[in-house]
Amino acid sequence: MTPVVSAKGIVKRYGHVTAIDRSDFELRPGEILAVIGDNGAGKSSIVKAICGATVPDEGEILIEGKPVKFSSPIEARDMGIEIVYQNLALSPALSIADNMFTGRELRKPGFLGKVLRMLDKPAMEKFAREKLTELGLMTVQSIKQPVETLSGGQRQGVAVARAAAFATKFIIMDEPTAALGVKESRKVLELIKDVRARGIPIILISHNMPHVFEVADRIHIHRLGKRLCTIDPKDYTMSDAVAFMTGAKEPPARDAA
Amino acid sequence: MTTKASYEKVIDQGDSEVAKFETRHHSLLDRVQHVLHNNPTFVPVIVLMISLLAFWVIAGGRFFSAFNLSLIMQQVSIIGMLAAAQSLIIITAGIDLSVAAIMILMSVIMGKLSIDFGVPPTIAIAIGAVGGMLAGAMNGLLITKIKLPPFITTLGTWSIFFALNLWLSGAQSIRSQDIDENAAFLKFFGNAINIGGARITFGVILMIVIFVVLWYMLNKTAWGRHVYAIGDDMEAAEMSGIRTERTLVSVYMLAGLVCAIAGWASIGRVGSISPQSFYEGNLQSITAVVIGGISLFGGRGSIMGALFGALIVGVFQSGLRMAGVDVLWQVFAIGWLIIIAVAIDQWIRRVSA
Repeated sequence: MTPVVSAKGIVKRYGHVTAIDRSDFELRPGEILAVIGDNGAGKSSIVKAICGATVPDEGEILIEGKPVKFSSPIEARDMGIEIVYQNLALSPALSIADNMFTGRELRKPGFLGKVLRMLDKPAMEKFAREKLTELGLMTVQSIKQPVETLSGGQRQGVAVARAAAFATKFIIMDEPTAALGVKESRKVLELIKDVRARGIPIILISHNMPHVFEVADRIHIHRLGKRLCTIDPKDYTMSDAVAFMTGAKEPPARDAA
Repeated sequence: MTTKASYEKVIDQGDSEVAKFETRHHSLLDRVQHVLHNNPTFVPVIVLMISLLAFWVIAGGRFFSAFNLSLIMQQVSIIGMLAAAQSLIIITAGIDLSVAAIMILMSVIMGKLSIDFGVPPTIAIAIGAVGGMLAGAMNGLLITKIKLPPFITTLGTWSIFFALNLWLSGAQSIRSQDIDENAAFLKFFGNAINIGGARITFGVILMIVIFVVLWYMLNKTAWGRHVYAIGDDMEAAEMSGIRTERTLVSVYMLAGLVCAIAGWASIGRVGSISPQSFYEGNLQSITAVVIGGISLFGGRGSIMGALFGALIVGVFQSGLRMAGVDVLWQVFAIGWLIIIAVAIDQWIRRVSA
């Protein structure tokens, strides 16, 4: 089966600092791939290189077998790659519906849309409501409600719903549970599984081992700027993963990068 | 794949609703805060209504006559247009200290070209309009490309545009008669329709048209949503795929265009073209925007608020004058209005769910 993402020998340097040191990366269809690593290991850097937020100096990235060279996340988005940023990238004062469609608004058909550039607010609100309902998130009062009046978990839900609604290739989630309480984290984890059940693969960057071991199908362990190994969470314990991540233990040869 | 961690097992026994809104009883003040949060123009509209009624009582029927009310509209028309331009900028969390300087510079260019150089007024106006956009583009590019703060950028361009204006005009006014003889079209917006004692100048109509068009652009088009998103949280806007730099430059260019149009309208309003006029226009436009409930922190408020803000200032000035109050107390009152408006904005922004 062709991997959704396959990156080989990625290098990114910032002056004397090598953020990515000939790293590989692979995301398979329908899976949740967790990316873990110590602070400064470069796990964000490798993911940024895949979604176009940074342009790697060397290496090759294939998406569904085709080589790509993104120069911005907008290009990646146009291909159906969605990112849920840690700070969510939502505009607090705008409504849920406005936020779902930021940068890809729907315009009314005909003269109103083409000449007067009028937005089709009813259509956008309907779509937003449907997407939130599908993911079981319609506990919000109104789709026109500003995002700043939502709780942290609800905001995360809106960001995930936005990604799920538009992603056709895969979704990257950066620390989706970092800022949430226990109950809200649980809800977001269920959401992540829901999204996988729809067949959309997910790259999950997280520090939270219990969450990673719960939802991930495979775990990519990043160390010193490159992929150290990829493990199956069923075969290892959390302490094994932490040991690999911190260099306390060498990964077995069969799993090494 | 393991299941829930053991410490989470008890969650299921708890309340299953996630992050549901508390249904605690909201106090009246909470509800007022909420309504104002959703409708930022309520405050200026209410203040405008109350001040109209108050001055009707204080200054009598002469104040509340069709003639005087239409006169207030004429008096605020130019500052109103500048406030419309200023609103665009302030919604992006910027500020433009150069709006009045752009306006005067463009009115001088329009006048000089058509009177000293014999350029047909329509062409002179078109050149002025393009000049306004270029001046705005200069502000916008300095802010986005060189990453200068808007306050400093426009403080600088204010001086630059003002100096250019003095150089071009030789610090001399262009007399009303000269305009009438050579380029009467420059005074187009001074024409008026009289209806039952009210005198509605074309300039007043233009101001309202500008507000309606900009309101439409801000609220009904994707561009407008992007302008709000940028003012709200620039980084988030960028990450959600908005081309923030391009949008910001377009905002400053549009503001510059509106200022140039205001420059044309000012010729009709004032009669002559004076390089020294509207020297306080920059600050007056900010006053109108702030009193109109548009947040100086960006992303919040309706451009219509700026129209009401300009009208509130006009009503206060006219009412206090008719009530025989010294001019200094008019200035005093406007000062308090600004402070109260910003305090209310801060309170509304702290709205809780």
